[in-house]
Amino acid sequence: MQVPAPFEYVRASSVGEAIDLLERLGPEARLVAGGHSLLPMMKLRLATPEHLIDINPLAGELGDVREEGGEVRIGAMTRHRDVLESELLVRRFPIMRDAERRIADPPVRNRGTIGGALCQADPSEDLSAVCAALKASVVIRGRGGDRVLDMVAFHRGPYETAVGDAEMLVEVRVPVRPHGGSAYEKVERRAGDWAIAAAGAALWLDGATVADAGIALSAVNPRGVRCERAEQALVGRPPSEEAFAEAAALAAEDCDPIADQRGSAEYKRHLARELTHRALRRAAERTLAS
Amino acid sequence: MQITLSINGETRSAEAEPRTLLVHVLRDHLDLTGTHWGCDTSNCGACVVLVDGEPVKSCTMLAAMAEGHEITTVEGLARDGELDPVQQGFFEEHGLQCGFCTPGMMLTARALLNENPNPSDEEIRVAISGQICRCTGYANIVRAVRWAAEHEAGATAGEEAIA
Repeated sequence: MQVPAPFEYVRASSVGEAIDLLERLGPEARLVAGGHSLLPMMKLRLATPEHLIDINPLAGELGDVREEGGEVRIGAMTRHRDVLESELLVRRFPIMRDAERRIADPPVRNRGTIGGALCQADPSEDLSAVCAALKASVVIRGRGGDRVLDMVAFHRGPYETAVGDAEMLVEVRVPVRPHGGSAYEKVERRAGDWAIAAAGAALWLDGATVADAGIALSAVNPRGVRCERAEQALVGRPPSEEAFAEAAALAAEDCDPIADQRGSAEYKRHLARELTHRALRRAAERTLAS
Repeated sequence: MQITLSINGETRSAEAEPRTLLVHVLRDHLDLTGTHWGCDTSNCGACVVLVDGEPVKSCTMLAAMAEGHEITTVEGLARDGELDPVQQGFFEEHGLQCGFCTPGMMLTARALLNENPNPSDEEIRVAISGQICRCTGYANIVRAVRWAAEHEAGATAGEEAIA
């Protein structure tokens, strides 16, 4: 039987209370949202917090998806299922549904949250790449107030984010920009598994040329998820197959996959290139259709 | 800690450590052994119960986290000695062999039909995609859920009225 090591359990009924508890209980306290990353880690003793602060009572306060001030704001406690089924997100950012429908399975998606996924920062996790491709920002709250960071500043590497000891992620903000399209492509060993490699792409057009591009990879780059050189290669050019092939080659060149049971580094690099190309192609089709 | 849960409409209490998972409180503390304990890694779905009507893997939820929510286990499916149409469907369509995955499968089917009374085969397959069955090849499970959809109380009452 796998059970976590002993800990003290406390429930927070507001964001303010959660932050107070984090401060009072110190660095050995952890927040638990859906628990579908943290509890498995605790069962394996890869995480052994002394205090677990259950923030599920905040699902109402932090579980909203709404458009406001030129952004779509997604509460950190929004569960995967609600991200998947949000009409607003499907309309604005189809990349979200592409990714969500292939994250784990329905019962897991009923519990896991977008905030939990981003804070866990698993190197094979999908939503960090989705948010990075969309050039989203995250809101981190502490006693001193809110900090708003972009994904590059937030996502520091495997299992590491900019969230401090007595802070919590409360919201993801995705800018709504005109003439945009987005897509996510993933290859996994079987349905619901972690990615062998995955690529997210977003394009924003200005007339016949690319005004801005977002490209991010999952599972193939421990240093970060954004591919800035590939993005830059597209700006100012028509959204053509030739440009996409060039950007995909750069993304593959700049990633740093490791060989493991999911495949060789060479195979993953091949996937990074092919999936980036496909994601760009589909993002462009959606941009033109919007 | 004292954990008080609402299970199948009844209030039940157990004394358990905070680290105790919901599946173990159900099985070991409350003797509700209909919920099966399988892979322990949120992969197999044998331990699925409904939390506020949604399928959840009870091996990956602390019992303490379930306080204040409505839990439905397979023991709560039949009403007044009458099988739920989902249970009847698994019987009619041979939706089980060894039975290990069956409680979770039936609860997921119940949740699906509550939201979508007439699902397509594809929607049924997606709904049960987080649960593994090593016997049936899934075809009979899909048929069982279809049977239930076609024989829900409303539909049955209508047919009887016509007859």
